[in-house]
Amino acid sequence: MLEVRDLSLTVPLQGTATLAVSNLSLQLQAGKVLALVGESGCGKSLTAQSMLRLGEYQGVGKASGDILLHGQSLFSMPDKQLRQVRGGSIAMIFQEPMTALNPVFSIGSQILEVIQLHTDLSPEQASARALALLADVGLQEGASLMQQYPDALSGGMRQRILIAMAMAGNPEFIIADEPTTALDVSVQKRIIGLLRTLQQDKGLGMLLVTHDFGLVAEMADEVAVMYAGEIIEQGSVFEIFDHPAHPYTKALMNCRPEAVTDGGALTVIPGKVPAPGSWGQGCRFKSRCTFGTDVCDKHVALDEWQQGSHMVRCVHVMDAKS
Amino acid sequence: MNKVVLRVDGLRKVFQRGGFLLQKGKANVAVHDMSFGLHAGKTLAIVGESGSGKSTTARLAMRLLDADAGEIYWGDTPVMRLSAGNLRQHRQRIQMVFQDPFASLNPKMKIVDTVGEGLRVHQPALSAAQRAEKVKETLQLCGLGDEALQRYPHQFSGGQRQRIGIARALIVEPEILVLDEPVSALDVSVQAQILNLLKDLQQKKGLAYLFISHDLSVVQHIADDVLVMFAGHVVESGSVGDVFSAPKHPYTQSLLDARPINHPNERKTALEIKADEGVAEDGCVFALRCPFVQADCASFDMQQTHGCACLHPLSQG
Repeated sequence: MLEVRDLSLTVPLQGTATLAVSNLSLQLQAGKVLALVGESGCGKSLTAQSMLRLGEYQGVGKASGDILLHGQSLFSMPDKQLRQVRGGSIAMIFQEPMTALNPVFSIGSQILEVIQLHTDLSPEQASARALALLADVGLQEGASLMQQYPDALSGGMRQRILIAMAMAGNPEFIIADEPTTALDVSVQKRIIGLLRTLQQDKGLGMLLVTHDFGLVAEMADEVAVMYAGEIIEQGSVFEIFDHPAHPYTKALMNCRPEAVTDGGALTVIPGKVPAPGSWGQGCRFKSRCTFGTDVCDKHVALDEWQQGSHMVRCVHVMDAKS
Repeated sequence: MNKVVLRVDGLRKVFQRGGFLLQKGKANVAVHDMSFGLHAGKTLAIVGESGSGKSTTARLAMRLLDADAGEIYWGDTPVMRLSAGNLRQHRQRIQMVFQDPFASLNPKMKIVDTVGEGLRVHQPALSAAQRAEKVKETLQLCGLGDEALQRYPHQFSGGQRQRIGIARALIVEPEILVLDEPVSALDVSVQAQILNLLKDLQQKKGLAYLFISHDLSVVQHIADDVLVMFAGHVVESGSVGDVFSAPKHPYTQSLLDARPINHPNERKTALEIKADEGVAEDGCVFALRCPFVQADCASFDMQQTHGCACLHPLSQG
C-alpha cells in the first residue's frame, strides 16, 4: 500500500514558504484506481509529484505528515533507495507527451535506460524486454520505432511510449497526471482503454490526477475532490456520481456542457479559487457557495458528514441535498 | 436565413514537405476542395482530430495563409487577389481569438495597449483618450473592470486572459470571429463562463462565429452547423442536431463514440488495445480505420462528393 498521511506541503511564494496542500490523507491500494479531481491551482499535481518527492526540486517543502510505501517513509529513505523506488515501485506518467520525452535521444535509448536502471538484464535481454513493452502498449513495429526520435511521432504514440517506459520497472503503483488531456478524443479513448487494461492485468494501484469527470467515470474506483489544498469530498465513484454532496462537487459537475441540453446558459461558479496564503480558518469554498452561513467560519472536518466510505467536508450537506 | 458574411468556395491548400534547394519535396494536401458559408448571428463549427486541416481552413479563410485554389468572400468582396493595402481595409471584418491565453498576449504590453492596438491600425484618427475610452467599454462588455487597463497579462488568470483576447478581437467591430479552440486550455468552470460570454456577445452583436474544436460536447452546446473534417476532406456537414443525432459518415460516428462518458455505468467492459491507424493514400481516406470498409472504398473519389463523403453511409435508425 502507498499511503499519504496527514501531508502538508508549502510552496515558495514571494520568498515565504506558503501552505499549498494541508493535512491531506490518501491510500492507494493494489488493483484500485483513485482519482484526484479539482481545478487548476488546487494542489493536485503538487500532491502527485510529492508521491515521488519530485516537488522539492522546485522548492516545495513538507510542513507535516508523511508518505509511506508499505509502511516505510519516503522522506527518511536514503537517496539510493529513493532512486530505486522512482520508476521502480512507483512510476509516473506525465501530462505532456510532447515535452516528457527527451528530443535528442532515440526512443530505444530512452526505454533501455529505464530497463537497465531497474533490472539486471543483459543488453540483448533488455532489447527484447523493450520490444515486449512496446507490443504491450499496442506498438507492434518496435524495432524500427526504437531507432526513431520523438519529433517523428504523434502525440498518441508518444503517450504510449511513456506508458511503456512507466511499465519498464515493473511498478506496483502508477501516478498518472492528466494522462489524456493533451490528446485528440479518439486517441484519448484508446489510451484510456490501454491504461485500464494494463492496470487491471497487472493489478496496479493508480493515482489518477485529472479535472475531467469523463475520465473519472471511465477509470476510477474511488474519487477524492480537492479544493484549495484540501480534500473536500471523498467516496466511491458511484457515490460521487450518484450523490455528489459538497456544493463545490455539484457545481463542478454542473459546469460541464453536457449538463445543459436546451442550449441555455451553463452553470458557472462565481468568483475564483482562493490562492494559497489567503485561506481562512473555516470552509475555503464559503465565499463562492450559495449555502454559506456563519457556521462555515469554523474549521470543518472531512468527516463532518459521513455515510459509509462517503465523506464530505461541509456543514450544509443536508440543506444542499434538498 | 441570415445574411452570409463569409463564403469560401473550392479552397485548396498544398504544403510541400522535405525537399532541398531546387528539389521539390512531397506534396501534402492539407485542405481539399473546401466550401462553406458563415451567416450573421450563427456559429459554424469545424471538428476533427489534430492534423485534419481545421486550423489551416481557418487561416485560409482569414487570408493568414494563401490558398492554392478557390475563392473567399468577406461579405460580397472577393479577397483572394486583394493587395496587402486593400486587404488591410477589410481585415477589421474578420478577427481571431486564439487557443492559448498564455501565449497569445504580449507579456510586455499593458492591457490597454494590447486591446487598443487594433484601433491604431483600423481607426487611426482616434485620439489616445478616445482609444482608451473604447478599450474600457469593450473590456466591460467582456466582463472586465477598469482596473484591468493598466495591468500586464501575468496578473490575470487563464479565463480573464481569454476575455482580454476576445476584447482585442471585438474592439474593431468585426462581423466574423474565428475562434480556434478558445476554451480547450481552460478548466471546466472557467470554460462555462467563456462559453456563456461568447453566446451572449453573439446575441448582442449578431456576430458570425467560425468555431474550431475537437470537443464535441462544447460544439453541441454552442454551434448551429458543423463540418466534420478528416485528412483535409469534409466528410460530413449539416446542422448540429442532424449530424449529432443521426450521423451518416462512419468517421462522425467514431468521433461520437469516442466522447467521454457521463457516468461509470456507461463503462465498456472490454476495451481492446489497438494501434493508431494512418490515412489511406488512395480512395476513401478513412478506409484504414473504417469498421464498414468494403472493396469499392479503395477506388472512391473523395473529390466528387457533396454532403456525406461515404459510399456506404450509415442507415437511419
